Amino acid sequence: MTERPTFRIKGDTGDWEVVMGLEIHAQVASNAKLFSGASTAFGSDPNCNVSLVDAAMPGMLPVINRFCVEQAIRTGLGLKAQINSYSRFDRKNYFYPDLPQGYQISQFAHPIVGEGEIDVDVEVPGKEGYTFACRIERLHLEQDAGKSIHDMDPHATYVDLNRSGVALMEIVSKPDVRSPAEAAAYVKKLRAIVIALGTCDGDMEKGNLRADVNVSVCRPGQYEKFRATGDFKHLGTRCELKNMNSYRFIQQAIEYEARRQIEIIEGGGKVDQETRLFDPVKGETRSMRSKEDAHDYRYFPDPDLLPLELEQAWIEDIRKSLPELPDQKRARFEKDYGLSRYDAGVLTSDADKARFFEEVARGRDAKLAANWVTQELFGYLNKEGLELSQSPVTASALGGLIALISDNTISGKIAKDVFARMIAGEGEAGTIVEKHGLKQVTDTGAIEKVVDEIIAANPDQVAKVKDKPQTLGWFVGQVMKASGGKANPQAVNDILKAKLGI
Amino acid sequence: MTDLTALTLAKALDGLKSKQFSSVELTEAFNAAIAGARVLNAFVVETPEKALEMAKASDARRASGKAGRLDGAPLGIKDLYCTKGVRTTACSGILGDFTPTYESTVTQNLWDEGAVMLGKLNMDEFAMGSSNETSHFGNVINPWRRKGDNQGLTPGGSSGGSASSVAANLCLAATASDTGGSIRQPAAFTGTVGIKPTYGRASRYGMVAFASSLDQAGPIAKTVEDSALLLEVMCSHDPKDSTSLNIKTPDWRQDVRKGVKGMKIGIPKEYRIDGLSDEIDALWQQGIKWLKEAGATIVDISLPHTKYALPAYYIVAPAEASSNLARYDGMRYGARVEGGNLTQTYEGTRASGFGKEVQRRLMIGTYVLSSGYYDAYYLRAQKVRTRIFQDFVDAFGQCDAILTPACPSPAFAFGEKSGDPVEMYLNDVFTVTANLAGLPGIAVPAGLSASGLPLGLQVIGKALDEAACFRVGGALEDAAGFVAKPDRWW
Repeated sequence: MTERPTFRIKGDTGDWEVVMGLEIHAQVASNAKLFSGASTAFGSDPNCNVSLVDAAMPGMLPVINRFCVEQAIRTGLGLKAQINSYSRFDRKNYFYPDLPQGYQISQFAHPIVGEGEIDVDVEVPGKEGYTFACRIERLHLEQDAGKSIHDMDPHATYVDLNRSGVALMEIVSKPDVRSPAEAAAYVKKLRAIVIALGTCDGDMEKGNLRADVNVSVCRPGQYEKFRATGDFKHLGTRCELKNMNSYRFIQQAIEYEARRQIEIIEGGGKVDQETRLFDPVKGETRSMRSKEDAHDYRYFPDPDLLPLELEQAWIEDIRKSLPELPDQKRARFEKDYGLSRYDAGVLTSDADKARFFEEVARGRDAKLAANWVTQELFGYLNKEGLELSQSPVTASALGGLIALISDNTISGKIAKDVFARMIAGEGEAGTIVEKHGLKQVTDTGAIEKVVDEIIAANPDQVAKVKDKPQTLGWFVGQVMKASGGKANPQAVNDILKAKLGI
Repeated sequence: MTDLTALTLAKALDGLKSKQFSSVELTEAFNAAIAGARVLNAFVVETPEKALEMAKASDARRASGKAGRLDGAPLGIKDLYCTKGVRTTACSGILGDFTPTYESTVTQNLWDEGAVMLGKLNMDEFAMGSSNETSHFGNVINPWRRKGDNQGLTPGGSSGGSASSVAANLCLAATASDTGGSIRQPAAFTGTVGIKPTYGRASRYGMVAFASSLDQAGPIAKTVEDSALLLEVMCSHDPKDSTSLNIKTPDWRQDVRKGVKGMKIGIPKEYRIDGLSDEIDALWQQGIKWLKEAGATIVDISLPHTKYALPAYYIVAPAEASSNLARYDGMRYGARVEGGNLTQTYEGTRASGFGKEVQRRLMIGTYVLSSGYYDAYYLRAQKVRTRIFQDFVDAFGQCDAILTPACPSPAFAFGEKSGDPVEMYLNDVFTVTANLAGLPGIAVPAGLSASGLPLGLQVIGKALDEAACFRVGGALEDAAGFVAKPDRWW
């Protein structure tokens, strides 16, 4: 396990550090909306999944969807967070055409979930990664707004209310994230948790999970002062980067934003607190609205809804029904499969990877399986830009290959060749080995015959190896070459050593 | 033949049951009465054909022995209730010709029991007013006039159309709604009976919202018994309203004539406000005497935070309204005034769609919820509200029901108070407390003023104890023997 590195940016006047807190909006995996029975299906025709409540018709009233509340509790438990037995819905008031009620129903003063904590695993290219604890401030339930479409007509804006009223969980972290890579890793970890819990499908492309990142910069030492006192005056002014739905863009945007802020401060200016948007084409952030334009949301308790009072027994029932979470899975992988924390972390970072690995490893050498999955397979998929679900080699096929290595049918080296053929679509490992005669030669008689021939033909090398045993490798190479790589390397070694008397 | 429109709801249902007349005959009589009383401006939508269709269907049901509790009874519906296929605007210009595709739970309950809809009743815009002078469709005229005077009087508000139409025999009874006194004050102004039940008894689904935590449906009727009959049907548990109570609605009609023997009636000293007229005070004393004679014990009680009720009400109600009425933005339904950009469209639509009083309250509400003012106004008003509720809890430790005047004055003339909003708001001084505390309150006509106008008394009950309101209301009705009707001048 590596130490957590400190991420620093060099400015003209010295080093700077970055401090971030994230707000994740995760759409609750529910078939119906938070306060109405309308469908949440993606891709329906515009304004087809809209109830009278969602369209804010006169006299319509919200009724809480119990299933959505349950998902928020599940998620809270997954974040090892406090579940608040009393919470309340507030109205956040502002006018916009895609907000039919003229207010969003949210939880402002009393969220359903309080403080929690998650372990975030950060991958470091070419090195062992590290883990840091990120504290969770709160999780609350709120309604999504509809969608305004500005580019269909030069003179009009169209509004699609299908999303209006869809349940979102807003998960707010404390300012514990300290580098662009950590921010991406945090989102990745949260995503893995909600997917494992089944409370959000985690589909970032559809916007079902998106992040707002609050970025500020400070001098080394300031953050520690903040942590000691809890006083934000030790930190810089923050800007909020809105609606990020890709790990790559999150990191690019933070890098850009941190450097922009440093430039302003070093130039003698002041960072304005504002909301900014990242433009992935230009690779820069631009102002969306300043603090001066910020709405006065006039929050107040929604009088149409009763406070949510949760029975402890229900919370306990939900707790009992929780599936294995990524961290628990990682601990199990370390313990049961003898994997390193890092490998276990990589394999449990997403449920599909973990499931894939477990299928490969079932009844086989787990460490070998982990190596093949994380290095050979993931290496190939990364290079080709493929998802695990698009892998040309199935888990059971890869397991078959590993079985052949374990029972000495083929060597690790040959296995790589077999693997390449499997990717190329030649079929199961066993079939490929048969077809191309790649079976390892373990018949010592056959190997001895080859060894004798090589010893007889190379007296000089034989004389040399007596003084310099490390030149044994030359003989091994010759034998392997002569056997077409099929001789069992261990057997070759043993026989050579015996015959050469070293 | 007797004038069918003069019947009480209970008598009319008896007549229908005993086949003295059909629902069609009854409905035709009311259709004619409405057509002849347009000068009162009580109805903003008349639905005579629909009424006749419903009446025919009712007669058929009755013939086949399947009549509901209100079968064949023609009623008026306050324009606050969404009625499927019938224009509903809460008497605001901003809703334009809005015609709901859905029915409010309260009106659906009525139709399920066979009631007949005569049309939609005028009201103050979005129920904001105490004189029915803020309606987009013009003032409702009170059928009552001062002795020897032809000056037009207000019927009170916001349920002015409901009160006038019941007083003028334009319907057997009417639905109304009460946020700060909008059932009880107009009932008192027109010699009718109006009750606001405990908050949560009646569903708010499909009622155009004014102030969600205060709004409650209720009837205006000719007698205490009629009001009980109608309220029983209006109330129900409704899963579509999260604040609706999941409890059974009792049979209140049987409470009306039970009498008050053995009941303890509280008289709150704080309701003896400065400047209470001798006439109103005398009426109150008369009420106390009647109840004593009927066997009740009178106890002096104190509701110490009463004086803060009106200011707290005029913070909480506008605050909720400012948010509830944000949906009227010209985007999806109702009137829209196109501007050069989005903000101009919002501003134009809301400036021309909302009347002055609604705009005033939306601005007050927006102000009291603004950051920096929230704690001083809204939060404080909510604390006052808790105290007022506690006052009642304490008082009900000593008594079973509370007797107060319904209003500080009899019906007033148009323009008399509309120039001064605070003067107008003072009309609600005796009624807002029941809304703030969520308690049931009934207004019963108890006598005439020196000028010949009806005056009402109010009975406030414990939460869910509408039965006490009906018992005391029934006793007052019996003792007062109030039978006066306005002279028909229209």
